[in-house]
Amino acid sequence: MATCHRKAASAAINRAGDRGDGPVITDAWWEERMSEQSNKKVKNPRQAMPEQAPEVRRRNFEEVPLGYTPQLAVAEAQRCLQCKNAGCVKGCPVGVDIPGFIKLLAQEKFTEAIRHIWKQNALPAVCGRVCPQEIQCEGECILSKKGDPVAIGNLERFVADWERKEGTGALPPIADRIGKKVAVVGSGPSGLTVAGDLIQKGYDVTIMEAFHKPGGVLVYGIPEFRLPKDIVGQEVHFLERLGVKVDCNVVVGRTVSLDELFEQGYEAIYVGVGAGLPRFMNLPGENLVGILSANEYLTRANLMKAYRFPEYDTPIPKGKDVVVLGAGNVAMDAARTAMRLGADRVRIVYRRSREEMPARAAEIHHAEEEGIEFCLLTNPLKYLGNDKGRLTGMECIQMELGEPDDSGRRRPVPKAGSEFQMDCDLVIVAVGSGANPLLTESTPDMGLNKWGYVITDPETGKTTKRGVWAGGDIVTGAATVILAMGAGRAAADSIHKYLTFGW
Amino acid sequence: MFKIVKREEMAGGTVILNEIEAPLIAKKAKPGQFVILKAQESGERVPLTMADTDPEKGTITIIYMVVGKSTGIFRDLKVGEGYTDVIGPLGKATHLEKVGTVACVGGGTGVAVMHPITRALKEKGNHVIGIIGARNKDLLIMEDRMRSASTELHVCTDDGSYGHHGFVTEVLKEVLEAGQVKLVVAIGPVPMMKFVSKMTKEYGVKTIVSLNPIMVDGTGMCGGCRVSVGGETKFACVDGPEFDGHQVDYDELMLRLQAYCDEEKGCYEDYCRLTGE
Repeated sequence: MATCHRKAASAAINRAGDRGDGPVITDAWWEERMSEQSNKKVKNPRQAMPEQAPEVRRRNFEEVPLGYTPQLAVAEAQRCLQCKNAGCVKGCPVGVDIPGFIKLLAQEKFTEAIRHIWKQNALPAVCGRVCPQEIQCEGECILSKKGDPVAIGNLERFVADWERKEGTGALPPIADRIGKKVAVVGSGPSGLTVAGDLIQKGYDVTIMEAFHKPGGVLVYGIPEFRLPKDIVGQEVHFLERLGVKVDCNVVVGRTVSLDELFEQGYEAIYVGVGAGLPRFMNLPGENLVGILSANEYLTRANLMKAYRFPEYDTPIPKGKDVVVLGAGNVAMDAARTAMRLGADRVRIVYRRSREEMPARAAEIHHAEEEGIEFCLLTNPLKYLGNDKGRLTGMECIQMELGEPDDSGRRRPVPKAGSEFQMDCDLVIVAVGSGANPLLTESTPDMGLNKWGYVITDPETGKTTKRGVWAGGDIVTGAATVILAMGAGRAAADSIHKYLTFGW
Repeated sequence: MFKIVKREEMAGGTVILNEIEAPLIAKKAKPGQFVILKAQESGERVPLTMADTDPEKGTITIIYMVVGKSTGIFRDLKVGEGYTDVIGPLGKATHLEKVGTVACVGGGTGVAVMHPITRALKEKGNHVIGIIGARNKDLLIMEDRMRSASTELHVCTDDGSYGHHGFVTEVLKEVLEAGQVKLVVAIGPVPMMKFVSKMTKEYGVKTIVSLNPIMVDGTGMCGGCRVSVGGETKFACVDGPEFDGHQVDYDELMLRLQAYCDEEKGCYEDYCRLTGE
């Protein structure tokens, strides 16, 4: 029998830092923190962001971290050393002037701080929440050499939230209209970045979204408790206020083709449609009722708000004994969603060991705190069902790590004779995604690699089709929000050059 | 908003026709393709195969049976009101060519979907034998339209209240016995498509069916609509909705269609209580 590690969902206060393990606000904690700050001899520590207690949040969909107060934000901003040759900026895929906005924040110039971020990043409330700062800006922070880095993500989130709640709503200046039309296909993070950049440069930008609501993975994929949908809505609305047109319910490749967009007068097109093809494991019994792709499970929960069924009409299976296959960020999101939907038990089943888990440490930590169990070195062999075609369990086998494979990770190999059964009534398959061919199939003159991803020039995002750029997961395969935004930034610069000087 | 410009009730109000303004879709849509509709912010995305399109007028037509809360909400929309979202055209179009004699078998609201396919097959120069059926005379829809779309039309009712007394398969058997039919297209309830396919397999006649499994996005993104065809998993939304009828695992499809039965039942009962039905 494989062992499933379970960590009690305790409310233990952990001062180690706020990368997913911040304390629960209590009066005693607050007073202690305030006295620490007033004592000049104590070196200013990284300010932890308060968050909902695990045993409470595991049953609700409210956001987990609660945000900084202005006092906490300013105290944290004051930790920044204002490096001349700042590593954090180099670590940021969109090159936000981090010391610049933190300096303004430390001076309590919150409006100026957000306007400063907007110059490079149109989605700060999103990035402050979902970027893997520990391997980007914060990973490069000089303070991290000897201790905790400046909480750059938390500060970015704070100024974006402050602007949304308290701000003037004043828009940043944008260039005069040039009178050239650009189409952006897909309203996920890379498309929104391209739109934000080009509208500010003076182009007429229209985003086309296949779903009925804009935001791409930010609305269908990332759960409410990590990224509230109102925030995504407001970031999109910010772009609309700048003049970006958002057309939902347009499936480019079906409703309209790229060539037809050119005929309609668009002079450049950015394709940022995401990966969007769920991968299954091709195991016997995979079509039993009770086995869903993470895409379907999360889309039902997030985009369709099935967690509010029957107030919302889309249902979602409420498993009592849930298994999530895979150990990436999407798997963590699915597992934590299942727990919030009332599961008695949620297990992550992963064929490698803890070290190889691709999810962010903070996400794994949050999941563990909420009582998610990890069945590592375990691989499913087949699904088991009843005569109604409903899932009742899985047959699994234990694995051990052998020699490193192509990815450099030790290859998991089955242990002979270690098969065992695991009961479950819901399996969510979160083992990655592939390239959705819907748009690319209808655009034969845009070159694809052997996996179906769009081939682009890595510097500019240019595809092999004149006037068309691509970026994000449809080029790289499933990656992060901020990498998609970085690709959007590069493409926007290249589109600007093209529309100024030619291909 | 996608405005409803025409609304008809059929089969005693249990089946509704909506003609909807959707110019981009109307221009692109081909027989056999579907749209996804949603009527309000909290609504479900409902896939429905189009019953007709008018590219010049910029409209599409859907015909659906009221079976639950979502279609109940659709039914209550009046002319001038509309759907908040209509997405399409989705899925692959019917492969249309001249093969000689074709039998088009439609049951229930499947007749509505069958209509444009029947018409197109006839326009390609085929001799089209239409066979449509319903539980009784009152539930039979689109008889006149199917009569003009086909070369000849047979009508069946399960209870014998109109036309041939019996199932569409009985009439189809006679038609197949004549030996002329080169292709059968069957669209209707899953058991009907299952038994039509079983019969045509015996006669060795190629058969196309149109499937309508549970879907969310309709663009190949969620995999909720997976069906087993010839032992392989296919996504009905992008690989279909039409498949080789002899290869489809209908039993699995029927079980998968029951996935949310309890939720849907409770939801519809609540809705009926609220709307006072």
